[in-house]
Amino acid sequence: MEQFIQPINLIAPSLWVPLLPLLGFFLLTFFGKQLKSAGPWIASLLVLGSFLLSVYLFVNLGNKQSLDYDVFTWMHWGEVSLNFGFLIDPLSLIMLLVITGIGFLIHLYSIGYMHHDEGFVRFFSYLNLFIFFMLLLVMGNSYLIMFIGWEGVGLCSYLLIGFWYTNDAYNDAAKKAFIMNRIGDLGFLLGMFFMLFYLGGLDFATVLSNAAEFEKGAPLLVVITLLLFVGAMGKSAQLPLYTWLPDAMAGPTPVSALIHAATMVTAGIYMIVRSNILFSLAPFTLEVVMWVGVATSLFAAIIGIKQNDIKKVLAYSTVSQLGLMFAALGLGAYTSGMFHVVTHAFFKALLFLGAGSVIHAMGGEQDMRRMGGLWKYIKVTAITFLIATLAISGIFPFAGFFSKDEILAAAFHHKIVWVLLSVSSMITAFYMFRLFFLTFFTSFRGTEEEKHHLHESPWTMTLPLAILSLFAIGAGFLGMPAVMHMPHWFNGFLAPVVETSKSILGEAHHVDHNTEIMLMLLATALAVTSIVIAYVFYVSRKTVPEPDTETKGLAKWVAKKFYIDELYNAVFVKPMMVLSDVFHVVIDKLVIDLFVNASAWMVGFTGRTLRLVQTGNTGFYLFIMVFAMMVLLLIQLVQ
Amino acid sequence: MLSLLLLLIPLVFSIVIWFTKGITSRAAALVGTLVQLVFTGYAYNVFLAEGSKPFEYLYQMAIKPNLVFHFSMDGISMLMVLLTNLLLPLIVLAGFNRFTERANVFYSLMLLMQMALIGVFISFDAFGYYIFWELALIPIYFIAFNWGGQDRAAVTLKFFIYTLAGSLLMLFGFIYLYTYSPQNSLDWAVLKANPICSCEQGWIFWMLFAAFAIKIPIVPFHTWQPDTYKTAPTQGTMLLSGIMLKMGTYSLIRWLLPIVPDGFKEWQSVAITLSVVGIVYASVIAIMQRDLKKLLAYSSIAHVGLISAGVFTMSRVGLQGSLTQMFAHGINVVGLFFCADIIMNRTGSNQVEGIGGIRKVAPRFAGWFMVIVLGSVALPLTNGFVGEFMLLFSVYSYNTWLSVFAGLTIILGAVYMLRMYQKVVLGDAIIENMQFEDLKWNEQLVLGIIGVLIFALGIYPEPIFELIEPVLKTLTP
Repeated sequence: MEQFIQPINLIAPSLWVPLLPLLGFFLLTFFGKQLKSAGPWIASLLVLGSFLLSVYLFVNLGNKQSLDYDVFTWMHWGEVSLNFGFLIDPLSLIMLLVITGIGFLIHLYSIGYMHHDEGFVRFFSYLNLFIFFMLLLVMGNSYLIMFIGWEGVGLCSYLLIGFWYTNDAYNDAAKKAFIMNRIGDLGFLLGMFFMLFYLGGLDFATVLSNAAEFEKGAPLLVVITLLLFVGAMGKSAQLPLYTWLPDAMAGPTPVSALIHAATMVTAGIYMIVRSNILFSLAPFTLEVVMWVGVATSLFAAIIGIKQNDIKKVLAYSTVSQLGLMFAALGLGAYTSGMFHVVTHAFFKALLFLGAGSVIHAMGGEQDMRRMGGLWKYIKVTAITFLIATLAISGIFPFAGFFSKDEILAAAFHHKIVWVLLSVSSMITAFYMFRLFFLTFFTSFRGTEEEKHHLHESPWTMTLPLAILSLFAIGAGFLGMPAVMHMPHWFNGFLAPVVETSKSILGEAHHVDHNTEIMLMLLATALAVTSIVIAYVFYVSRKTVPEPDTETKGLAKWVAKKFYIDELYNAVFVKPMMVLSDVFHVVIDKLVIDLFVNASAWMVGFTGRTLRLVQTGNTGFYLFIMVFAMMVLLLIQLVQ
Repeated sequence: MLSLLLLLIPLVFSIVIWFTKGITSRAAALVGTLVQLVFTGYAYNVFLAEGSKPFEYLYQMAIKPNLVFHFSMDGISMLMVLLTNLLLPLIVLAGFNRFTERANVFYSLMLLMQMALIGVFISFDAFGYYIFWELALIPIYFIAFNWGGQDRAAVTLKFFIYTLAGSLLMLFGFIYLYTYSPQNSLDWAVLKANPICSCEQGWIFWMLFAAFAIKIPIVPFHTWQPDTYKTAPTQGTMLLSGIMLKMGTYSLIRWLLPIVPDGFKEWQSVAITLSVVGIVYASVIAIMQRDLKKLLAYSSIAHVGLISAGVFTMSRVGLQGSLTQMFAHGINVVGLFFCADIIMNRTGSNQVEGIGGIRKVAPRFAGWFMVIVLGSVALPLTNGFVGEFMLLFSVYSYNTWLSVFAGLTIILGAVYMLRMYQKVVLGDAIIENMQFEDLKWNEQLVLGIIGVLIFALGIYPEPIFELIEPVLKTLTP
């Protein structure tokens, strides 16, 4: 890293990037009442400020320089010193732009969406806090600072899922999210302990350079990376720790867009790309990451087919897409994974915000079976939603096409993975268009009252939709496939971050141009087939999914998400509750207190017994005295 | 001299308060604890200015050669004194909007307790130390007995006998040490400099350990604690959990480790395993607790289990982490019990599952309660995290598998704390026509101070490290 100049004068602006939203949080928390309706605008503008600063950093740093500085020492003991510091390099810059950019749009959208909620101001204070922690997560120059953000976004996710706190089901969902994340966090924490103990620190520079000394496949690195991956599984909702994410849809829709689609859930991918050297040196872990990703991608996609709640479909699609990204990372295609993070952030945020707009129009209804034919009522929403649906299905030239194609191309040398991911993509195209057709096509299935209520959303909501759809169309051109003979800007920009990994993993398996064109055509053909099937089902035949009670057989298993939640409940939650009572009642109250009370009783017993001797009868005392003297004499004699 | 003054101020106020009445008593108690706090602040500044030189005070007694009152304050003592004197005004203030019968006796006892606690923390002679150790028990016994709740007679008796039994073992230990020490002295420095034969350190370790383990409490010596916490009036519970149980963990570092290092080493694995098992055991119990105060009591057992485990690793990071966490836990647990007290006072219910709906009517209270819960589940940037990180790392350095087990605390802690918060604060009110006023001025003040401390020390724990690091250098290899 010596060749990088340290542009000292960028330190102050970079510090303000996370501080602005933090300031917003404090302003809104303590002066929310005084600020009235200006509060949300202030919150949004502060995030816009962070975005502009990020652009400033982006322009001035480029990918040739990075900024790495410590602010103060946080913890230290003996020789160890753990600093609070930041690192701005190409990878964090990409994340900064995505977080603050999409973050701002979602803030703006929320002004319209949450307007009637009594917790309007509180909502924005939480959103600002989230942006702060998310920025900390991607700006930290050590695993420890990343961990602060990591847990902090978990907290905000908890607060926002349970935003409507009088609903106990929502509170349960919030708690579940926090606890499942904590399970992952324990892995992360232990991973940090290993690094601190064996690799001499927690800052990226130290850890990664010391790790590079190890040979490929060193057990220590495998353990560390597996533990870190456990953390990533929690945060990014991978098998088996994914069940919190669908439940997290209890939160307001902008939250689902921002936290549970575009930013927070991609933290796991960011973490692995950040530690790419470690992972490249641990081929076993990469293998695990790949298979977990593939399995999650397929599993979640299958469940997505049978969901009828518009947000649940999107949630499972997020889990599935995240699986795709992990599969890419597992294949060593770090930049492709990151590329998909970025494109996915745009089109998935767009999908959620579009869904929010639909729900807004429907007056809170989320069941697709009660929608239909919305195209003519909410045109802007419908068109932008179509763009996003095409993007996620991987249709040229929308953003998803490019990033997905890159991942599939990287998987091509590994035939089974390639087949499975292609199937998963095909299913994705199907259920996404199922959603689209059910919502916007045929005729309206709701009540007359709802029909009357249908209206397009205010500009604060449609403007973000329009901007995001531009990106959902255009973002793909940041990474043109090799076959088009155009520069792959994205890979070029991230090149310094994955340089070392490239040399460790060796040259990637490049597919030749003919194969690549064939792959693209095949993928497109599959997607189009899915769309046609969906069209036949849900538009031509006007099929409407059956009521829940009539779902039977295998379909029921899918609709019930394979009863995974019930399984976890029976295997972990219930036994824990029983154990808790057993410990308390049996061990604490019976066993331990038995000893305690027994010793107390012994004392009492001795006292009561000896008291009998104290009769007050002088004759008896004399008798005892003489008797005792005789005994003593006897002992003397015997000796 | 400063150290002696710190001891005298609460004593004087304790006596004065005895002769006051009603509202004046608690006002006088607040003044007294504030004077003490200001004076502690002064002492702290002097301490830092003089380069962390211990304040020495020696009082030679005539009765028996070398039985002395030796008061001194090094960084660790300073930290504990700071904690005590910081929490006392908060605890007094916590009782400001409610009626206490015979307030003069109550607050007089409280200040007497403060004196005894400080005595424990600044005694550098086992003789004086033991006297203060036992003295601290008396006021809290009467507080719990006279102002306590249901079953107070049985519960407080159990508490008293339990801790006294442990103390007696410690007394035997000290007497033995006294007899066999070369100068017949119980001075800390002498005991530390002339350790007795390693062959005998083992059982002396257990003598002292029993006393400390009961006070801390370490599972399975803990069964006095949940009931006592539940029965004692909340201000008493705050004293017990915030400060008094720190006597135990403090003593592990101050007395057990330096005096019987070989015994410590010999039984290290047993003690550390007990502590770690205790963490998980107490956390699991806390999950299904129905009684709010008992839930917090078990969570406290889990936290101090980790603190003790850190001490038993005998490593720099473990000791530093445990002291940091003692300070943090003292603050957080007082906050938690205060919140529990507010809830129980306003709703008249102590059932975790029987309240709910507080968030809706008292958002400020719910907000501050959340902050304290976060500190307690060790969210990064709160004071709980700094200590917990160091402690878990110290356990990890001792044994990897043990740290996995101890690390369960971050999951289980979230489980029981968030469950409790959800049941009690969120959702809809279960009690019909629940009246729940939001925070009053004194409550706001106490919770605000605690909240600020939680973040301040979580972001910048350096002041704590600065105090204890020079001392720990002399205690660990």
